[in-house]
Amino acid sequence: MNWLLPPGASTFAGDIDRIYYIILVITTIAFVVVQAGLVWFLIKYRARPGRKALYTHGNMKAEVIWTAIPAVTVIVIGLMSGGVWNHIKGRDSVPADAIPLAVHASQFEWNVTYPGPDGQLGSADDFTVRNQLHVPVDRPVAVMLTAEDVIHSFNVPAFRIKQDAVPGMHIRTWFQATQTGEYELGCAELCGLGHYRMRAVVTVHTAEDYERWLTERAQTVSLR
Amino acid sequence: MKRITTVLLSGLFLVGCGGGGGDASGGGEGGTPAAAATGPTGTATITGSISFAGAAPANPAIDMSEEQACRDKYQSQPTNPQVVVNDGKLANVFVYVKSGLPDGATYPAPAAPVVLDQDGCLYHPRVLGILVGQSLEIRNSDPVLHNIKAVPTVNRGFNISQPTAGMTSSRTFNSPEVMVPLECNVHGWMNAYLGVMSHPFFAVSAEDGTFTISGLPAGSYEIEAWHETQGVKTMSVTVADGGSATADFSFGPSA
Amino acid sequence: MTTVATHSEAAAHAHVDDRSFLRKYIFSTDHKIIGIQFLLMSLLFLLVGGTLAMIIRWQQGYPGQAMPGAGVLPETMAADGIILPEFYNSLVTMHGTFMVFFAIMPLLVGVFGNYLIPLKIGAADMAFPRINMASFWIAVPAGILMIVGFFVEGGHAAAGWTGYAPLSAVPEYTGVSLGQQIWCVSLIVLGLSSILGSMNYISTVINLRAPGMTWFRLPLSIWALFITAILVLLAMPILSGALIMLLFDQVLGTHFFLPAQGGQPLLWQHLFWFFGHPEVYILILPAMGFVSDIIANGSRKPIFGYHSMVFAIAAIGFLGWMVWGHHMFQSGMNPTLGTSFMISTMLIAVPSAIKTFNWLGTLWGGSIRFHVPMLHALAFVSMFVIGGLSGVFMASTPVDIYIHDTYFIVAHIHYVLFGGSLFALFAAITFWYPKMFGKLMSPRLGKLHFWLTFIFYNMTFFPMHQLGLQGHMRRIYDPTVYQFLDHLGGLNRFITISAFLLFASQLIFAYSFIAGWFRGEKAPENPWDDTGLEWTTPSPPPHGNWPETPTVHHPPYEFSSPLARDGDFLPQTREVKPLPDPAPTSTPADTPASR
Repeated sequence: MNWLLPPGASTFAGDIDRIYYIILVITTIAFVVVQAGLVWFLIKYRARPGRKALYTHGNMKAEVIWTAIPAVTVIVIGLMSGGVWNHIKGRDSVPADAIPLAVHASQFEWNVTYPGPDGQLGSADDFTVRNQLHVPVDRPVAVMLTAEDVIHSFNVPAFRIKQDAVPGMHIRTWFQATQTGEYELGCAELCGLGHYRMRAVVTVHTAEDYERWLTERAQTVSLR
Repeated sequence: MKRITTVLLSGLFLVGCGGGGGDASGGGEGGTPAAAATGPTGTATITGSISFAGAAPANPAIDMSEEQACRDKYQSQPTNPQVVVNDGKLANVFVYVKSGLPDGATYPAPAAPVVLDQDGCLYHPRVLGILVGQSLEIRNSDPVLHNIKAVPTVNRGFNISQPTAGMTSSRTFNSPEVMVPLECNVHGWMNAYLGVMSHPFFAVSAEDGTFTISGLPAGSYEIEAWHETQGVKTMSVTVADGGSATADFSFGPSA
Repeated sequence: MTTVATHSEAAAHAHVDDRSFLRKYIFSTDHKIIGIQFLLMSLLFLLVGGTLAMIIRWQQGYPGQAMPGAGVLPETMAADGIILPEFYNSLVTMHGTFMVFFAIMPLLVGVFGNYLIPLKIGAADMAFPRINMASFWIAVPAGILMIVGFFVEGGHAAAGWTGYAPLSAVPEYTGVSLGQQIWCVSLIVLGLSSILGSMNYISTVINLRAPGMTWFRLPLSIWALFITAILVLLAMPILSGALIMLLFDQVLGTHFFLPAQGGQPLLWQHLFWFFGHPEVYILILPAMGFVSDIIANGSRKPIFGYHSMVFAIAAIGFLGWMVWGHHMFQSGMNPTLGTSFMISTMLIAVPSAIKTFNWLGTLWGGSIRFHVPMLHALAFVSMFVIGGLSGVFMASTPVDIYIHDTYFIVAHIHYVLFGGSLFALFAAITFWYPKMFGKLMSPRLGKLHFWLTFIFYNMTFFPMHQLGLQGHMRRIYDPTVYQFLDHLGGLNRFITISAFLLFASQLIFAYSFIAGWFRGEKAPENPWDDTGLEWTTPSPPPHGNWPETPTVHHPPYEFSSPLARDGDFLPQTREVKPLPDPAPTSTPADTPASR
């Protein structure tokens, strides 16, 4: 049983993975204490001839201890998590210099609209590509998520990002890739019979490759 | 006690039966049409040629790069055949008799199915006609998932998948409808258009723009020509027994 | 609170039972018969839900391969023996739907709420026996309707057991129209059954407790069922309301959840989960109650921290209303809400921890008997801890970004619902079976069933944590589409084979259940040496339960009480004269106090 997370390739991965491992350590300790305690009691206090069980109704001190320790623990985990959450999902957390992309999710395709050479979304040189997400490494990217029909979920496990795309809503989410390479985007909200195949290829380019790709693509007619 | 039981059981039945048949469309699948008198046939023919006047618009390119199995079937950049013009002639126009036949005339559905194929991530044919009650056989010739979603307004729609090559599925339609759009959601560019007819007097213009409707009884008819982007045109035609008439249509910006 | 004077029905039960067969066993108002009716119906649906799971596991273990036996399925479900994607979506939807609504909930609440409440509080029957009968007979058409959904055109509901709109609201998105409508109607009808039942349980516990049965002498199973009934009463109407709105969107042209005309998809999620989260506590609280009864019995000790246990049940019930948003962290709702729901979710772990430590405290210093119900109850504690701890990961909003909608969630669900609720149900069924049927189940078969189930269960569901941590999404028909999931094929197959073995092991339970009923040894009045009131009447109890209303003198769980004369337990109804010698009894040997 492998409790390790696969390698992450975004700035979020460090924070998220760190909290995961902290929780893993805490829950493993709790797990071992409880399960070992359980097994030990079952062995030690099994019925044997001549033994009588202890007649007691409880212990208030024990109650206080085993209420306080879990309470403090979970509150600490919560506080730790809150800051990271705000950094990733907070409405004001999107960096001002992020490259804007528009991702329109529909049954069963991801249509990614790029701002083109002028860097502005919504201008004449925008172009749309089906099922391919291209970003440069070490630059923040802000995705405006929309959905055509049903709820989909924009999910790139390697970047530790996941955000539902809801019809009728414009939802901004952002990330910054830290490693070049090819990754996968897979819809993470049941959206119909093609849900399992709603996949896009995510390519993280070096800065130069990204410019080259942008220029090449902007020259082709956007589809549909 | 008996009263309460009766009330409760009636309530159960009401609630239990209330959920059925919520589908809003009028002509559901399932029931065969009542056997009415078979409509008249004859020996007249209407032929024609559909032309496209003006510059034909460029069909959009299709990015099939994320569906390699389909992309491999093409030597050059595949395009979406929305407007198919060859030598000034327009293909894929659905031509049919809109009025002129007796009211309520019904025609038997042929036993042979109409075949719709998915090949190279495109529907073949793109425009097709079928009779009420006739079987539409949908085939998948691609080794990829296609779904076939029919979005009619009068008939009952469906949305089914064919994940592997070689699969076939069949559907029938109970009500005449011009046109029923078919689409694949895995490949958003895939479209087909199905004309569901109560009579067999329809045709689709070929690559050279020609069409033929035969077996008509003598009479005066309104003929309609439908194209998915170029609109609809109508014409009146009269034919005599054993005779033939011409109905040429012209679409396009200079028509 | 004072005990209430005996209800007029409670007096003078020693009448001749001249009911017809129909009145006695089919349209019975006797809570015990109704409980058994729910038991048989729910076990049947447990089988249905389990069968659907086997098909799901086949597809996950062997995607794209023809399933043996799939030839019987129509072409709308499978082609050449290969499950179709739309049918797969139906399978995951209906597995969840049947298991949650038609198996686990009725087993916990319909069966044991009905069976145990009057018996354990000293009442002759429920406050409203005829409404009780209606509650069962309303559940039956709901269940039949839900089965019918498989046979209609377009197939059964396919939008997940959570039915998110707009996928569930617009037929063309799934190709399912009638099936999704049937799903709504069936659940609305079932909701009525649940609401009627819970109203009965609440009234009965408040009003029909026997003299001496004060609130803090109620066994924890009854406390749990009582609080659960309050949750059901408050939560089910919300689901019904949401389902009606969804049904209207489907068939009447309304647009509560459809954005094109101004509706809000997120509204469905808020409504569903506002019901849905209390629902999962409905699915665990009674289980915790049964486990408390059985662990005290098996340890031969009073439950450790009875009052804390009651407080914890109430706290879980109360806090359970404030955490629903943790299902929606990634939904697009305001992220600030995410933080507030995270805090409440973290807090709700505390009462569950309190309960776990109190169970351990009960075992400590005990004289533990490993009878079959005790084995299952102990497995509950162990497995529920795993399920609860996995919940901490998803309660943390940033970690949830990664594990939401993955198999990590599926693992969590199944550790609390199967590892938790179902093991508790096996404990409860094996514990109260002798009382229900007057027969003993075979201990040997019971232990065999327990061990096989425990082992194969963990082999099936523990690895799902790993699938999720590797990013394996939920509800995907074919994981091989994704390269990053390529290396998990072997693990998926391992899980699938374990699941098949787990399913097969339940045949032992089924056999034991049926064989016991027909050929089991006759059960005495109190085969488990338990203190509860139900063990002071024959197995099975007569109509009316006792010839005269019993009087309660002691708290529950007085095992190893110094006041116990014969045996090591003091039944709650035993009238004990004070000891003649005021000197205290000697402390038992080999206990922490004596060292």
